[in-house]
Amino acid sequence: MPILEGKGVSRYFGGLAAVSNVDFQAEAGEVLGLIGPNGAGKTTLFNLISAAVAPRSGSIRFKGKEITGLKPYQICRMGLARTFQTVKVFGNMPVYDNVLLGAFFGGGGHVSPADAREAAEGALEFVGLTQAAPTPAKDLTLANQKRVEVARALATRPDVLLLDEMMEGLNATEVNRAMDLVRMIHDKGITVVMIEHVMKAIMSVCGRIMVLHHGAKIAEGTPQEISTNRTVIEVYFGERVDA
Amino acid sequence: MGLKKTKSKKIVALGLGLLFLVPTAAAPWYAPVYTVILLTSILMYMTISVSWALFSGPTGYISLASAAFFGAGIYTAAIVGKALPLPLMIVAGALVSACLALLVGALTLRLKGIYFVMFTFGLVELLLHFILWWEVTMSGTTGRVVPPAGNATVFYAMLIILVILILTVLMIRRSRYGLALLSIGENEEAAAHAGVHVTALKVSIYAVSALFMGAAGAAMATRWTYIDPRIAFNPLISFVPVLMAIFGGIRPIYGPIIGAAIFTYLEEFLITRFPYYYMLIFGIIMVVAILYMPDGLVGLTQRIWKKMARRNHADT
Amino acid sequence: MIVTILDIIISGLLLGGIYAVTAVGLSLQYGVARVLNIAHGEFIMLGAFITFTLYTRLGIDPLISFVICGPVVFAVGFLLYRTLFTRLRNTSPTAGAFEGNSMLACFGLLFIIQNLAILIWGADMKGYTYLAFSVDFWGARFAANRLVTLGFAIAICLVFYLFLANTRMGKAIRAAAQDPETAGLMGVRINRVLALCFGFGALMAGLGGALISISYKIQPTMGLEYTMIALIVIVLGGLGSIPGSFLGGLVLGLVGSIVTHIEPGLSLVAYYVIFMLLLLIRPKGILGK
Repeated sequence: MPILEGKGVSRYFGGLAAVSNVDFQAEAGEVLGLIGPNGAGKTTLFNLISAAVAPRSGSIRFKGKEITGLKPYQICRMGLARTFQTVKVFGNMPVYDNVLLGAFFGGGGHVSPADAREAAEGALEFVGLTQAAPTPAKDLTLANQKRVEVARALATRPDVLLLDEMMEGLNATEVNRAMDLVRMIHDKGITVVMIEHVMKAIMSVCGRIMVLHHGAKIAEGTPQEISTNRTVIEVYFGERVDA
Repeated sequence: MGLKKTKSKKIVALGLGLLFLVPTAAAPWYAPVYTVILLTSILMYMTISVSWALFSGPTGYISLASAAFFGAGIYTAAIVGKALPLPLMIVAGALVSACLALLVGALTLRLKGIYFVMFTFGLVELLLHFILWWEVTMSGTTGRVVPPAGNATVFYAMLIILVILILTVLMIRRSRYGLALLSIGENEEAAAHAGVHVTALKVSIYAVSALFMGAAGAAMATRWTYIDPRIAFNPLISFVPVLMAIFGGIRPIYGPIIGAAIFTYLEEFLITRFPYYYMLIFGIIMVVAILYMPDGLVGLTQRIWKKMARRNHADT
Repeated sequence: MIVTILDIIISGLLLGGIYAVTAVGLSLQYGVARVLNIAHGEFIMLGAFITFTLYTRLGIDPLISFVICGPVVFAVGFLLYRTLFTRLRNTSPTAGAFEGNSMLACFGLLFIIQNLAILIWGADMKGYTYLAFSVDFWGARFAANRLVTLGFAIAICLVFYLFLANTRMGKAIRAAAQDPETAGLMGVRINRVLALCFGFGALMAGLGGALISISYKIQPTMGLEYTMIALIVIVLGGLGSIPGSFLGGLVLGLVGSIVTHIEPGLSLVAYYVIFMLLLLIRPKGILGK
C-alpha cells in the first residue's frame, strides 16, 4: 500500500482548475519527482496534501488514513512534513529555535525538553548548520534558509517529506549540495516528494517522476521514460525551462 | 551562544527587580496614603499592559478588548462581592474574564486577524449596553455597591496579582509555548505546518491574559466601591496598554512595565495641570509615537545601544 | 397592524440608509486604502456637529450645509492620509505592519478628535429641530425630517455609485480596490487615489453625520457606537465589497428597527449577535470575495 496516495483530487480558484482530478501515489522510501511548467498546479497539490488549502473534491490518504479535512498541525504530527516554495523561516528567531519548534510540536505525543533538544541538534547537524544555530534566521543566505526549513521539517520526525523547489535560486555548487542532502534524507528511509524545475537534479535523484500540466497529470514513470515521453517533450518545448 | 551574557543579564534583572520590590512592598508602612494609592494605580496599569503584551506582543494580534476584560472583573466583584471574601472575589473576576476571552477567542482567532481587531474593538461598548439593559430591565438597579477594602489591602492584592503575572509570563516565555507564540507572530502558516495547534494556543494565551485583567478589575472594584456599568466598562482602559506598549516597546517583559510607570506619572502630572486637555495630549502622544517610535522607547534605547556597541567592536 | 409594519420598515430603511452611507465610507477606507479607520465614527460626529453649528449659529439649512460639511470633512480625511498614513505606508516593513500601525494611529486619532470636540462643543447632548412636522402616508404618520433623510441617504449612495461606475476617477478607484500594484503599473497615480479614497470615506462619514443630526440628538461621544456598527456592516456586506456595504447597511438597519420595536436598548446587542453568527457561519459576508 502506498504511504501517500490521492484519488481524483481537485482544487479550483474561482472558475480556474488549479488541480484537476489528479491521482497520485508515493511508495514508502521512494523519491518521487513532481515536475511541470509554471502554473501547472504542483505547489497547489502540495498545499492540498499538507492541508494548507482544502480540496474541492477527491480523497488523500496518508498511511492508509484519510487526511482531507484535517488541519496542518495534525498532518504534521502524523508524520508528513513539507518545505515551502517561498522560504518561511522565523526570521527574527535564532536558527536553533526555528528547528526546536518543529522538534517540540511536530513529533506527535509528548516530547520532553531533552528529547526535543536532541532532535533539534541532530537535525541541525544533519543539514550542516550547527555553527549557525544562534544566528537569526533572516541573516542567513537563501540556500541556508532553505536548509533551516529542511532541518525544521526533519525535526518533526517525518515519514514523508515534501520539498517545494528546494533548488530554486541556488548556484551550481549549492544545487549539488542540496542533491546530496536529498540523497541523505532518502538513505534515512524517509519518503521524499520533490517539486523541481532543475532537471539535472530531478533526473538524477528521483526514482519516479510525475508530470503535471494545467492542473492535470499528463505522464508518470521513471526518469528514462519521462525524458523520452512525447507529450512531456511537447509541453516543455514551447516554454522556457530552467536547466 | 553567549550563555554567560544572558545569565549575567538575568542576575542583574533579578537584582533590580528585588531592589524595587522590597521597598515597594513595604510602602504602606512608611509612605503617605496618596503615594500608596498612586502606587496601586501604577500596579494596575502594569498588570493590564503586561497581560496585554503577553498575547498581543508575540502574536501581533492587537486586542482592543482590555477594557472589556477589566470591566468584567469589576462587575463580577460588584455582583458577588457581598457574598465572597476578597481573594475568592478576585478569583471569580479572573475566571469570568477568562471565560469571556475563551468565547471571543474561539469565535475570532481561527479567522484572519482583522476580524479579531474589529470584534474586540466593539466588545466594551457591547458589554456596556448589554449589562445596562440587563440591570435596568431585569435587576431594576443601575449601580451596585462593593464592600470596600482598605488602601493597604488593595495595594497588596494588586502587588500579588502583578507578581504572579510576571512569574507566569516568564514561565510561558521560556517554555515551548513561548517559542510557539513567537513563531505564530513570525509566520503562522509555517508554525502550523511544524505541528503547532495555532488556534488552540492563541485562544489559551488570550484567556490567560484576560485572567489577570479580570483579577485586577475585581481588586480595584473594592477601591471604587460604587459600580455601575459605565464606570466598569471604560473604553480608555483599552487604549492604555497599547499606549504603554508604544512607550515601552512590546517585546521584552520590562517594556510594558516601564511604559506603565511612565504613563502613570504622566497621567498624574497632566491631570493636575491640564485637566481638560490631558486625554487629547495622550492621543497626540500616541500618534507621534506610532509615527516616530515603532519600537517604543525601549526599542529606541536598544537601537542606540546597538549603534554604540557596533562602534566599539571591529567589523566582522 | 399594517401601519406598525410600515413604520418599522421605513424606520429601518432610514436607519439602514444612514448605516449604508457610513459603511460605504469605511469600506472605501479599508477596502482600498487599507486603513481600518476605527476613528470613523469621529468623522461622523464631526459632520453632525458642523451641521449643527451651521444651523444653530448661522441658520444654514442642514440639507444645504452638505456642501460645506462634506468638503470640510473630506479635506480633513485627505490631508490626514497625505501626511500621517502615507508616512506610515513608507515606514511600515510589510502590508500587515501597515494595517496594524494605521489602525493604532486611528486609535490615537479617535481620542484626539473626540476630545477636541468635547473642548469645542462641550460633552452634553445637543440637538436641533428641523422639518419636524409630520407627513401622512397610507394612514401612517412619519416625521418629514426622517423621510427627507432617507431620500438623501439613497441619493448620496446613488450619486456615489454613478461616480464609481462612470467617471475616470471612479474607475481608478475600482482598479485600485482590485489590485493596487497592477493599477499603479497601468498609470493610475496610486498615492493620489488612495488619499482620495480615504477622503471620500471621510466625506461619506461626514454626510452620514449630517443626516443623523437632522433626526437624532448628538453628542461628542457618539462616534464609537457608529464605528462599531459600520464595522459590523462591512463584515456583513463582505470585506472589500462596496455594494455589499450598502446592502449590509440596509439589512442591519431593518434588523435594528425590528429589535427596537420589540425591546429597545438591545439593538446593539442584536447587531453583535449577527456579527457572531457571521463569524461562525460565513465570515465572507453577503457579497464578500
